[in-house]
Amino acid sequence: MRPIYLIPLALFLFFAGVAGYQLTQPKMQTIPSQMIEEPLPEFSLAPALENMPGASRSDFIGGEPRLLNIWASWCLPCIAEAPHLERLKEEGVEIIGIAVRDRPEAVADFLNRYGNPYTRVGADDISALMLEIGASGVPETYVIDAQGNIRYQHIGDVRANTVPLLLEQLENAR
Amino acid sequence: MIAELGLAALWLSTALAVLQMVSGAMGMRDGANSPFAIYARPAAVVQAFLAVLAFFLLLYAFAVTDLSIKLVATNSHSAKPLIYKLTGTWGNHEGSMLLWVGVLALSGGLLAGMERRLPEKTMSATLAVQGFVALGFYAFLLLSSNPFERLPIPAVEGGGLNPLLQDIGLAIHPPTLYIGYVGLSVAFSLAMGALITRQVTPDFAKVLRPWVLGAWVFLTFGITAGSYWAYYELGWGGWWFWDPVENASLMPWLAATALLHSVSVLAARDALRTWTIMLGVLAFSMSMLGTFLVRSGVLTSVHAFAVDPERGSFILALLGLYIGGALVIFALRAGSISEGKRFTVTSREGALVFNNVMLSAILAIVLLGTLYPLLTEAFDVRVSVGPPYFNPAGAIFAIPMFVVMAIGPLLRWKDDKPARIQFELALLASVVIAVIALVAIFGDYSILAVLGLALSIALAIAALLPLRGRNIRRVPVATWGMICAHFGIAVALFGMASESAFTSEKLAAVAPGDTVEVAGWNIQMESVDPVAGPNWTAIEARILAARGDEEPTILAPQSRNFWSPPQPTSESALITRWDGQLYVVIGDQAGTDANGNNRWQLRVWWKPFVTFIWYGGLLVAFGGILSIAGRVRVDLKRRKAVEMGKERREDMDALAEGDAIDGKGGTGGNTSAAEPEPAE
Repeated sequence: MRPIYLIPLALFLFFAGVAGYQLTQPKMQTIPSQMIEEPLPEFSLAPALENMPGASRSDFIGGEPRLLNIWASWCLPCIAEAPHLERLKEEGVEIIGIAVRDRPEAVADFLNRYGNPYTRVGADDISALMLEIGASGVPETYVIDAQGNIRYQHIGDVRANTVPLLLEQLENAR
Repeated sequence: MIAELGLAALWLSTALAVLQMVSGAMGMRDGANSPFAIYARPAAVVQAFLAVLAFFLLLYAFAVTDLSIKLVATNSHSAKPLIYKLTGTWGNHEGSMLLWVGVLALSGGLLAGMERRLPEKTMSATLAVQGFVALGFYAFLLLSSNPFERLPIPAVEGGGLNPLLQDIGLAIHPPTLYIGYVGLSVAFSLAMGALITRQVTPDFAKVLRPWVLGAWVFLTFGITAGSYWAYYELGWGGWWFWDPVENASLMPWLAATALLHSVSVLAARDALRTWTIMLGVLAFSMSMLGTFLVRSGVLTSVHAFAVDPERGSFILALLGLYIGGALVIFALRAGSISEGKRFTVTSREGALVFNNVMLSAILAIVLLGTLYPLLTEAFDVRVSVGPPYFNPAGAIFAIPMFVVMAIGPLLRWKDDKPARIQFELALLASVVIAVIALVAIFGDYSILAVLGLALSIALAIAALLPLRGRNIRRVPVATWGMICAHFGIAVALFGMASESAFTSEKLAAVAPGDTVEVAGWNIQMESVDPVAGPNWTAIEARILAARGDEEPTILAPQSRNFWSPPQPTSESALITRWDGQLYVVIGDQAGTDANGNNRWQLRVWWKPFVTFIWYGGLLVAFGGILSIAGRVRVDLKRRKAVEMGKERREDMDALAEGDAIDGKGGTGGNTSAAEPEPAE
C-alpha cells in the first residue's frame, strides 16, 4: 500500500471530524456585529436642536458606561421605544442620542411630545456615524464602556423586556 | 390506503436491497458457482419498480391533497394549481429524498437489467455495492424521514408550498439534477466493483462511459435550468451566487466532467487507471456530500430546507460508511493496479490529464470555499465566502484549462509534435490577442471578463477545428458530441464574460408616466395596479419598453404576496433579444413625487448576451446526448456484426460438417467477427 493512496481518506476523515463536531454544536442564528469590542470611531456631531449639546466620542470617556441611541423623529418604532428609554434614564443611565437625517424643529417637537431621555443629541445628517458603527437601521442602541469601546449592540426598538438586558450589559461593561 | 401501500413498497425495496447486496457478495466470491448469485439482478430490477411505485403513490397523494398525510398537510394546499401540487411532492425534504431514493433504485435496476458486457464477478460486486448504497438511503428515509407518515387527525387545510417554489422551474430543475446526482451512483458502484475484482480495463471503461455520460447530461441540464430559474425567480439579476447548494451541484459536475474525460483515456489507451477509479468514487461522493450539506443545516444557504441535526448525523454516518469505506478500499487496492500505458506530455492523453488536473483543482477550490465557513466556525469565527474568492481562485485554473481545451482535441494520441499543428496554434493565439486588444481599446473592463471574452471566441473556433480537413459526413457522431459540447462551453463562457463586462443597471423611483433610460432602452412606467392570482395578490406594473425608435413592448413585473404561507416574491419581467435580455423588477412603494403621485422602486438591467450562458449549457448537454447516441450506435453495430459473424460461423460449421460427410475439403471461410472500434 502506497501512502499516497491514503491522502483522500485522510482528507475525508478530517472533513467528517469537523462536520461531526459542528453537528453537535448549537446553531447560532444571529451574527454579532464586527464592531463589538472595537473602540467607538472618532466623531464630533453638531447639536441636533437648539438648547442641547451635540455629541462626540469624548463624551463617552470616563465615569460610567453609557448608551448610544440612534434614532430619528421620522421613525415610528422610535416613538414605541421612548417610554422604555425613559425608564432606563430613571435607572440612572446616561443616554446620548444621535438623530439621523433630521431637522431641529422636528427633533424638538418629538422630544416635547414623547419625552427627552437624552443628555446630548448629535445630528448625523448624512448617516456618517451610523455607517461607521455598523448600524443597519433606526433605531439601534449601543452599550459603550467608559473607555469608549462598543460592548453591545441592540438592533430595533427597545422594548420592556430589553430594559433588564441593557441594564445587565451596562453592568458587565463596568 | 395509498400511504400504507407506499410504505409497504419502500420496506419491500429495502428487503430486496439486502437480497441484492448478499447475493451480489456471494456472486463476487464464488462467481457463477454460487447458486445464490442469480438473485442480484432481479432483486435490483424489482426494487427499482417498487421504489418508483412508492414515489408515484406519494405523487398521487399530493395530486388529491390527502391531508391525512403529514407531509402533504405541511407542504401543500388544496387551492394550489395542480401542477404545483405535483411539483410540491419534491419541494420538501422527505419527498425529495424519496425522489432521490427512487432514482437510485431506478439506476440500479437499469444497470442490472441492461449491462451484460462485464465479467460476472465484477458485475456481482457492482450490484452488491449498489445494493449496499441503496440500503443506507432506504434506512435514512424510513427511519428518520418517512414521507408517508400519517397525522393522528387529518388537517383541515394544508400549510402551502414556499411561493418561490411555485414556479415551473421546480418541475424541471430538481428532478433532472437528482437523476444526474444519483445516476453517478452507478459510476461509483462500477468503480468499486472493478476495484474490488481488479478489473480496471479498457472494457470496463467502455461500460462505465455511457453511465457517466448519461448522469453528466442530466447534471448539466439541471444546473443550467437551476441557474436560469434562480436568475428570473429570485429577482436579483444574477445567475450564479456561489451558494453552498449551487456549489453542491457544481462539484459533482466538475468531478463527472473530469471522469468522462479520463474514462476516454482509459478506454482508448488503457492509461489513468487508478485516477479514473478515484474520480468515479469522488463524483458520487460529491453528490452525497451535497445532500449532507443541504439537509443537515451545517451551512447557511437559501436552499437549506431540513435543518435537523439528527438527520444530519444520520447522513454523516452514511457518508462515513460509503465515502470512507470506498476510500479505505481504494487505499488498500489502488497499489495493486498498475498505472497502465505511458504517453508523452504533448499528446491527446497529456492534454486530457492536464484538463483533469485543472478540473480537480477547480473542484478543490469550490470544495474548500464551500466548507471553509464550516471549518472556521469550529474556531468561533464566522465568515462567508463569496465571489471575491471563487471567481479569481477558480479562474487561475479555469483559464489554463480553457487554453489546453482549445488545443487538446487537435493533438494525436500517445505522442505528437506541436509543430504539426502550428497553423492552428498561431490562429488561436492571434484571435486571443486581437480580442484582448479590441476590448481594451473600447473600454475599461475587469481583466477576467476580457480574458473570458478572448478565450471564448478562441475556444469557439478551436471547437470546430477538429473538423478541418475531414469529410464532414464521415465524422463519427461521438466526435460531433465533443465538438458540440466544447462549442457550448465557449458559448456559455462568452455569455458569462459579456454579462459581467457589459451589463448596465439602473435603480430608480418612478411614478406612472416617468421614463427611465438604460443602454438605449426607454422604459416608461404606465401604471401600477393590484392584481390577484389563485393563491396570491400582487402589485403589477405596466411598463412600455422600447429600444430606440421601435414599437414598445409591454412588460408586467409583479411584486407578489402569497397568502399561504405568507411570503412576498418578486416576479421579474424579461424581454429577450438575440443580443441580450432586458430584466425589470418592481420593488416597494417609494414615497410620492412633487405632484402627489405614488412612486415605485424600479430596477432595470440590460444584460448583453446573458442568454448565451444557458444556450451554452444546453449545447453542452446536447453534446453529451450526441456522444451517447454515437457510442450506442457503434455498440449496436458491433453487436450486430458479432451476431452476424456468429451466424455465419454456424452456417460455415454446418456447411463444413456437411462437407465432411460428403467427404470434401473445408471452404477455409474466414469469419472476422467484431470490427474494431473506430479511434476518436
